[in-house]
Amino acid sequence: MKAFTEHRGLVGPMDRANVDTDMIIPKQFLKSIKRSGFGPNLFDELRYLDEGQPGKDCSNRPVNHNFPLNQDRYKGASVLLARKNFGCGSSREHAPWALEDYGFNVVIAPSYADIFYNNCFKNGLLPVVLTEEQVDILFNELAAQEGYQLSIDLPSQTVTTDSGQIFSFELDEFRKECLLNGLDEIGLTLQDADRIKHYEAERAAQHPWVFGVIK
Amino acid sequence: MTEHTLYDKLWNTHLVKENNDGSSLLYIDRHVLHEVTSPQAFEGLRLAGRLPWRLDTNIATPDHNISTDKAERDGGIAAMVDEVSRIQVQTLDDNCDLYGIKEFKINEMGQGIVHVMGPELGVTMPGMTVVCGDSHTATHGALACLAHGIGTSEVEHVLATQCLVTKKMKNMRVSVNGTLGAGVTPKDVVLAIIGKIGTAGGNEHAIEFAGSVFREMSIEGRMTVCNMAIEAGARVGMVAVDDKTINYCRGRQFVPQGEMFDQAVSYWKTLVSDANAVFDIEVELAAESIAPQVTWGTSPEMVAAVTSFVPTLDEQPSEEKRKGLERALEYMGLESGQAIESIAVDRVFIGSCTNSRIEDMRAAALIAKGRQVAGSVKQVLVVPGSQMVKAQAEAEGLDRIFIDAGMDWREPGCSMCLAMNADKLGSGEHCASTSNRNFEGRQGSGGRTHLMSPAMAAAAAIAGHITDVRTFIGVN
Repeated sequence: MKAFTEHRGLVGPMDRANVDTDMIIPKQFLKSIKRSGFGPNLFDELRYLDEGQPGKDCSNRPVNHNFPLNQDRYKGASVLLARKNFGCGSSREHAPWALEDYGFNVVIAPSYADIFYNNCFKNGLLPVVLTEEQVDILFNELAAQEGYQLSIDLPSQTVTTDSGQIFSFELDEFRKECLLNGLDEIGLTLQDADRIKHYEAERAAQHPWVFGVIK
Repeated sequence: MTEHTLYDKLWNTHLVKENNDGSSLLYIDRHVLHEVTSPQAFEGLRLAGRLPWRLDTNIATPDHNISTDKAERDGGIAAMVDEVSRIQVQTLDDNCDLYGIKEFKINEMGQGIVHVMGPELGVTMPGMTVVCGDSHTATHGALACLAHGIGTSEVEHVLATQCLVTKKMKNMRVSVNGTLGAGVTPKDVVLAIIGKIGTAGGNEHAIEFAGSVFREMSIEGRMTVCNMAIEAGARVGMVAVDDKTINYCRGRQFVPQGEMFDQAVSYWKTLVSDANAVFDIEVELAAESIAPQVTWGTSPEMVAAVTSFVPTLDEQPSEEKRKGLERALEYMGLESGQAIESIAVDRVFIGSCTNSRIEDMRAAALIAKGRQVAGSVKQVLVVPGSQMVKAQAEAEGLDRIFIDAGMDWREPGCSMCLAMNADKLGSGEHCASTSNRNFEGRQGSGGRTHLMSPAMAAAAAIAGHITDVRTFIGVN
């Protein structure tokens, strides 16, 4: 897994609540059997004026200039500033894949849907939770200042503005460790293989109907 | 003695190890796979040189992007017109064959939408942990399973280790007591719950649905309710075991028989929350307050009684809400304050993992029987959730009722719920849909979805606009 320690980058806005994963990456792109290449179709229905299809070259498509991320000032954004319940709906990991492939390293929002939040950590994408008031402050500063950047530091769990404001954020210890070290989670779990086998033996004795029936 | 919730009990039974960093290793009993979220997981296994931990836990079937059109479907995978989809379905077949994973193939009896197929075959049984790379996995919670959706990295993790590294959720109980009125269905109950707690109301929680309404409800109805827990933000939805649960499981293909069944039942009967168990959040609704529900906006929480009106911009409590409403109304092509029943529909979709079981087919057929689809409606898709549902419906003559009414009777699959195949809305079209999400573009780019029950969707097909199904059945 990709590691994450710190990041400083240009901020781009997604100023609406309940952004769902269908909006982040529409269903027609889920037919791919790969993990990469979703970036050009991130927010496809908002970004372009026509309907996107897998394999279609996006460089010639009509662009929706009203969509903030299409504006020059947000080109190259690597920190996405968003509103509450970001990533709700479908469990598709294609959503963090698309965000990451587009170039985002960090999302900042007041809250996330559970499955999306979990999926981010598997892909080196850091979802930062700040309060609604803090997110409001960042949206206001972003609107006021072209080239607005933020620094995100995982070890100290802070977001720092160029004016020197520091916002702390919380996250689970195990998620932090995995992200900091870019750990192979499957490899880690397999270190407990004996314990899993022991559990299975006990469970099979207690609940035999769970085992051996699907073949 | 500590009192436990149903969720606590399921969690404790499957706990392999608690780590010192706050995470836990949870054992997974059933892993359901489909074509869309599994290929990258299998690829990951291959790249790391790993094999599935256990085979007799996995079950696979294609559902998301296969055609529901009989002519195309009869040709199997080779006849799939969409090449990208064909490769994906073929990849599922190839991976299952390579690793020896049990798969119900595209036209095999047993195939169906993963969350219809699992319970009906008895693959999922009470007390199990069930995961799938699909957010509607909570459906299996209707059988008192701890069931939830996972991402593709976790699909790979479960394949390789039979475990998930996870953190315990909080407990939430939603109680609905009283008696539902005629024409009010499980779909209306869950939409009313989402309307009350909101689309993020259940975030970080496992919801147990409790109260007399769920006790009276069939297992199929409970599946409809648990299915949409995620639309209220909760990954997990559950209903405790009772006689209905046990009777539902008895005799199904993968359920044990004889002495082992009795042994299972004595365990299953413990799968209820203890009388004094404490929930972090308690929500209550009165059954009598629930009318048939319809979503008018672009989030499942944007829902109202069929007899009511689209909210007005003036009554919004904050600027943020007003902006959200304005955006939703613009996308949906609706006026502030418009009567819900005045919304005309272009297409109707009866199907999806929420509402494609035999009871749903029967409920829609009851309304369609002897009536005709309105001339203004372009298409009515009736898509059974599985090969077994299809066979049962045809044995009951329901397919004839739909066809005689001017509806299309299709092959099993996810279909227009997420429009990954050819079944989709055109831009600007309104759809009366029994599916679970009314997000922008969900059923086709620019499409406008109105979620409702199967009976309500059938009534909309007949009327040509959204209408109160109760007038069809002699109520009101």
